[in-house]
Amino acid sequence: MAATILHGVGATTALSSINYNNSRRSLPERKRTSLVIQCDGSLSSGLNISNNRGAKLSTNAVAQTKQENVTASTTSKPGLRHELLLFEALREGLEEEMERDPHVCVMGEDVGHYGGSYKVTKGLADKYGDLRVLDTPIAENSFTGMGIGAAMTGLRPIVEGMNMGFLLLAFNQISNNCGMLHYTSGGQFKIPIVIRGPGGVGRQLGAEHSQRLESYFQSIPGIQMVACSTPYNAKGLMKAAIRSDNPVILFEHVLLYNLKERIPDEEYVLSLEEAEMVRPGKHVTVLTYSRMRYHVMQAAKTLVNKGYDPEVIDIRSLKPFDLHTIGNSVKKTHHVLIVEECMRTGGIGASLTASINEHFHDYLDAPIVCLSSQDVPTPYAGALEEWTVVQPAQIVAAVEQLCQ
Amino acid sequence: MAQLTHRASALHKSIPAVLFAARGLATASTSPITVETSLPFTGHKIDPPSRSVETSSQELLTFFRDMALMRRMEIAADSLYKAKLIRGFCHLYDGQEAVCVGMEAAINKKDCIITAYRDHCIFLGRGGTLLEAFAELMGRKSGCSKGKGGSMHFYKKEGGFYGGHGIVGAQVPLGCGLAFAQKYSKDESVTFAMYGDGAANQGQLFEALNMAALWDLPAILVCENNHYGMGTAEWRAAKSPAYYKRGDYVPGLKVDGMDVLAVKQACKFAKEHALKNGPIILEMDTYRYHGHSMSDPGSTYRTRDEISGVRQERDPIERVRKLILTHDIATEKELKDTEKEVRKEVDEAIAQAKESPMPDPSELFTNVYVKGLGTEVKLFHYIHLFLSRLLTTIVLEFLL
Repeated sequence: MAATILHGVGATTALSSINYNNSRRSLPERKRTSLVIQCDGSLSSGLNISNNRGAKLSTNAVAQTKQENVTASTTSKPGLRHELLLFEALREGLEEEMERDPHVCVMGEDVGHYGGSYKVTKGLADKYGDLRVLDTPIAENSFTGMGIGAAMTGLRPIVEGMNMGFLLLAFNQISNNCGMLHYTSGGQFKIPIVIRGPGGVGRQLGAEHSQRLESYFQSIPGIQMVACSTPYNAKGLMKAAIRSDNPVILFEHVLLYNLKERIPDEEYVLSLEEAEMVRPGKHVTVLTYSRMRYHVMQAAKTLVNKGYDPEVIDIRSLKPFDLHTIGNSVKKTHHVLIVEECMRTGGIGASLTASINEHFHDYLDAPIVCLSSQDVPTPYAGALEEWTVVQPAQIVAAVEQLCQ
Repeated sequence: MAQLTHRASALHKSIPAVLFAARGLATASTSPITVETSLPFTGHKIDPPSRSVETSSQELLTFFRDMALMRRMEIAADSLYKAKLIRGFCHLYDGQEAVCVGMEAAINKKDCIITAYRDHCIFLGRGGTLLEAFAELMGRKSGCSKGKGGSMHFYKKEGGFYGGHGIVGAQVPLGCGLAFAQKYSKDESVTFAMYGDGAANQGQLFEALNMAALWDLPAILVCENNHYGMGTAEWRAAKSPAYYKRGDYVPGLKVDGMDVLAVKQACKFAKEHALKNGPIILEMDTYRYHGHSMSDPGSTYRTRDEISGVRQERDPIERVRKLILTHDIATEKELKDTEKEVRKEVDEAIAQAKESPMPDPSELFTNVYVKGLGTEVKLFHYIHLFLSRLLTTIVLEFLL
């Protein structure tokens, strides 16, 4: 462990100047292709039904959602594209949905006149007015509750937590009212709310502003959780979350808002329950999401040079897991590495490890390895902060060890 | 309001008609009667409404019947709980009937009501049936929440009743949201967000008040002050038990919550205010005869003399009975007959609820997510496991 950290330290000086734009230049093409392949409908090949009841059912689940919800951009026509940053992609998705449905409204701190602390809602208050883009006082518990109450009547509010960490104050509302009202009312009320905001470890923001709330919320029954990582999936997931009749928590990351990408001009909505194939491979399945995707891809470059062929999947859907995509990958590679930003204890990685072990144990040639952040409050000092999260060098070392 | 009595007529067609016909009230029953409330209203930053309330014989008879029905339902629930047919938590409303009955008389079904866990009678007022209530309390399929909510989670969407909430105070921001939606949709309706004297000390209440006042939301915050937050008397929990003044910049009204006409007047006044000027607080001075819940005897923190004193001096049903008798609207025997009839109705509903089946095991997994979305299918995997384990257990028990 110490060796890995020190190794990581040595490597971090080189990594501190990560240029996110450069590291994923090749990704857009790959993403589009993989989405179309999954749209094909030929999903049942290779599934061993008696061993994987869950997998078979998830196939149907994913197929169902795809047919109903996804308007993916097809490869048949190249289509016009435009370049934008991730926060602009979120705004574009949000604006399109507000235009489409008058029930969609936004509420949060400084979302209106200020334009949003990360500019996701910039310009929307001018266009839609103060009631539809509502500046709330600093009262997370009650304005989240207010959003949920409004959702009970049929409005579709998007509640922004300026930082996801602040939503801890609204935990009761999110857990008991948001997640459970559909059930406790016997189906009478649905809560089509979207709760979104940036989280994750940033650049020396301090312990309270560097939290990963997906690990706390994951047990709440009745909610869905997704994490976006590129402008393309940010827009698609935002739209899908707004259209969903279930409460959806959309996790953005503080460090990813300025990622640039060319996305289709044509309208598209992604599936909330689907994972994204980032890089097909055959030696090891690397499962990741949000910012860690980029650390994984950085490590992948090194690994390819060393002769490894990692399959990288951005799981995107944190609740429920896309066990279909994940399962197919496990059956191919027989090795799993999870790279997450949650802390070791009780994070998404811990649940994913348990889930894969439960469903695909027979296909594993080695125990699942999960790289997570350290179980510590995120320190302010830069070097210490770097050591709390997983760095590409650790990922490379883990793959090398796993594939021995 | 009419719905409660109307439902009664569906079950016992003859008696209400006889009651009215006997007195020849078909024409006279709706003519106005003016009654003075027992106490004047006290206002905070607002001129209180007049003490003179307009009512009618028909309305008074409806009040009597509805409150008697609610009283009977709660007492029957007490017995059912002791017979272990109702489990878990059961918070009874007897003594406080005037609040929900008076409120219903002032509003319509487009207005929303949201409350905490003492919700059985409010559910009835919003159009819920006795069968739905008892079946839910006994965890049966035909309960209003399919047996999956329980005592603290009664809801009636068509009746504008948003529950039914277990966590103290959390319903008030929800109520703020209901009012926000009403303003957003320009509904010309209001929301009554109800809470107790215990919940009045929750921070989220002040947050909700601030927002409601900031945006002029048509929210009426109703504090049902029964003077005890479970075992803690209000003076031991609140530095300032003048809950109607807690709004500071939001006006408030203190109302005798045991006087159904005062409640009606206050709610009518509040609705008019909220539609024009935004939020207002109503403090209903009321009392619960039962303990906080069936797990609380209710006598360790208050004397039996206090309880019987209130019952003698301020009981809401007795007050209406006296009014009816003094105004010669019905005879004592007729009122007694109404009570008997109401009791029969409750007993029949209980019998029917007892026959109602338990929910299907598969119901464990329904309504977690909205039907038809991909995530729901994943749960079926666990249903297979669960049901097969259940069957195995049953088979083994049968064999051994």
